[in-house]
Amino acid sequence: MAGALQAATAALLSSTPLKTYGSDRLRLGSAPRSLAGRKGSFLVVRSDAGFGSGSNARTRPGKLIPNAVATKPDASASSTSSKPGHELLLFEALREGLDEEMARDPRVCVMGEDVGHYGGSYKVTKGLADKYGDLRVLDTPIAENSFTGMGIGAAMTGLRPVVEGMNMGFLLLAFNQISNNCGMLHYTSGGQFTIPIVIRGPGGVGRQLGAEHSQRLESYFQSIPGLQMVACSTPYNAKGLMKAAIRSENPVVLFEHVLLYNLKERIPDEEYICCLEEAEMVRPGEHVTILTYSRMRYHVMQAAKTLVNKGYDPEVIDIRSLKPFDLYTIGNSIKKTHRVLIVEECMRTGGIGASLQSAIIKEFWDYLDAPIKCLSSQDVPTPYAGTLEDCTVVQPAEIVKAVEDLCK
Amino acid sequence: MALSRLSLNTSSSSLSRLLFRPSLLSASRLFSSSDVLTIETSVPFTAHQCDPPPRTVETTPKELLGFFRDMSVMRRMEIAADSLYKSKLIRGFCHLYDGQEAVAVGMEAAITRRDAIITAYRDHCIFLGRGGSLVEAFAELMGRQGGCSKGKGGSMHFYKKDSHFYGGHGIVGAQVPLGCGIALGQKYSKDGTVTFAMYGDGAANQGQLFEALNMSALLDLPVILVCENNHYGMGTAEWRAAKSPAYYKRGDYAPGLKVDGMDAFAVKQACKFAKEHALKNGPIILEMDTYRYHGHSMSDPGSTYRTRDEISGVRQERDPIERIRKLILSHELATASELKDIEKQARKEVDEAIAQAKENPMPDPSELFTNVYVKGFGVEAFGADRKEFKAVLP
Repeated sequence: MAGALQAATAALLSSTPLKTYGSDRLRLGSAPRSLAGRKGSFLVVRSDAGFGSGSNARTRPGKLIPNAVATKPDASASSTSSKPGHELLLFEALREGLDEEMARDPRVCVMGEDVGHYGGSYKVTKGLADKYGDLRVLDTPIAENSFTGMGIGAAMTGLRPVVEGMNMGFLLLAFNQISNNCGMLHYTSGGQFTIPIVIRGPGGVGRQLGAEHSQRLESYFQSIPGLQMVACSTPYNAKGLMKAAIRSENPVVLFEHVLLYNLKERIPDEEYICCLEEAEMVRPGEHVTILTYSRMRYHVMQAAKTLVNKGYDPEVIDIRSLKPFDLYTIGNSIKKTHRVLIVEECMRTGGIGASLQSAIIKEFWDYLDAPIKCLSSQDVPTPYAGTLEDCTVVQPAEIVKAVEDLCK
Repeated sequence: MALSRLSLNTSSSSLSRLLFRPSLLSASRLFSSSDVLTIETSVPFTAHQCDPPPRTVETTPKELLGFFRDMSVMRRMEIAADSLYKSKLIRGFCHLYDGQEAVAVGMEAAITRRDAIITAYRDHCIFLGRGGSLVEAFAELMGRQGGCSKGKGGSMHFYKKDSHFYGGHGIVGAQVPLGCGIALGQKYSKDGTVTFAMYGDGAANQGQLFEALNMSALLDLPVILVCENNHYGMGTAEWRAAKSPAYYKRGDYAPGLKVDGMDAFAVKQACKFAKEHALKNGPIILEMDTYRYHGHSMSDPGSTYRTRDEISGVRQERDPIERIRKLILSHELATASELKDIEKQARKEVDEAIAQAKENPMPDPSELFTNVYVKGFGVEAFGADRKEFKAVLP
């Protein structure tokens, strides 16, 4: 069916060797000096900095030495202009990953609302329609159920669509297609059809967007068999995970966050991907393991500053892979620290944290010195009022208190 | 012919070939197998927003006999599935297609194996039409590892990738956006093929159908939406479910054709017309006016919402196999006893396939975890007692 395309693809694929930065750099075990070799400074922006959605304002750079234990001035603290790599914002990193994959493989296509001529509501697909044409970057009508279904049907014929939900919450309309067709077709056809689709979009609690536009769909999708879920949190892993998700033969749901699109970071010039099933060691430590993902990573890192000043040494892991969990990295960390705190943006009931908690209890019960603490969002629809919205999600002060309670 | 390859897959291949040939080669035939016959469809086509194709269809004796044979095998398979279900060898849901065989057979005659077909859960006969074997079908129904989906799909999940048969779907209406997506893939690859997305009169009221039709019409996708209107959505008659039961007109801007679905030649003509249309102008809707003798599924007797007189009336007047039999007899292509032999042969093939499928073993317990993910990035699914802590990384 895709005879001509297959020939072209084979030619393209044979010419580009692949470096997997993620798996080489981040398989750390218990090595403390893990981040020394990493290029690119780590930019953390405080959660109260202004993030307008799609705004042009540059964020205030806040410097954080990634390894608080080693106080020697790292190369990462010096000026950025002489360093290799290039600086960009998270949505630009996503676009770069998508662009590179579309150039590499003619079967990769994008479909979603306003992804083509408009350039994407968060500018992730800006310029791609001019470059690749209207069929490869397809503007769809507002019909999530059917265009997700069409993406899955196209994937059955060999195309590799990237379906964008303008907001993850809208994909609830396509739940049947995602659960039954996307997740299960490989199994029910006895392995005949693969669905190499990527479903991506921003989710999470934004700035007073209201209840229906602040949903966290990770918890709803997590039991669908056959689906893989990843959450990106930095420009580096956004680009890496986007590329890996497109190359994966499994259906992957890539969760982005509305408030993280304007994060700036320096990423390598060379091609790289991040392993889809691997967690990221953000900050090694000794006293407590803090597991987090997506935006809560930044709340945790902010709390980590306070904790370090108070004398604690938290180990922060960005789990990245929401399904399946990277129990290897997590397990090694728990064997070292014996205390676990999970910080997530999902709801308390049936969220990612709840599943992670039960997986840890099952596997690592003997290594735990204290009950697992799980900080999640409240089980309420996200209110509009700013003060109430702040109470719905986990704030750094709560994280500090939780660590203090754990380490008593 | 699509199903004549069936005989090569079953154990009685040589015997069936011997039985088949003599009826065409005996001396007293008035027509040779390459002659062209002209047949008129039972009723003219009704069209919406397009010019209907002509009522006269050309065919050959070979095709006629092929239709008869294929439909007999399909009919026998469905009846055998009925008794297997009652003897608890087939469990769960089993939706039977007997009465609607003309749609499957007529469609296959008009298209190639590179064109795609996707349908809902009443898929056993479409699978056969696409070249699936009886053994694979029965093994899948009985949940054996020799089934077309390795026993993991069941009655509602028959697939055959190499013949572009995309299944086999349980959720009503969800296959139509998939079908439009397959057509998107076909347009993307520019390979000049079309997709037939089949659904029923019950699914015709699903919103996702109209969403998908809208997008397909915008993009001029080569998709043909085929509504197999058997007049009952499970227990609800079409006039109780649809304000406008003229399903071929429901496409509004998309042209439509109403076809007598019990006449294999009308189906063939309509599908040929639709394929040419879709390749040039985008989506078209075909409404096949057909009927199912069984209930919606094996748990539905089929007589609480319709009378037995209605069912037997349709069987007497409009049965697709009887129509072909009358055509064959009136054109003297075979004698009544030769046709009886073909039916007996079909029954024999089906019985042998069932026997072979019964011998097939159940899937190995390790198969529970295969095909959940594709082994590309080395993700493994584990059972409840996870022994390993990490996923295998490349």
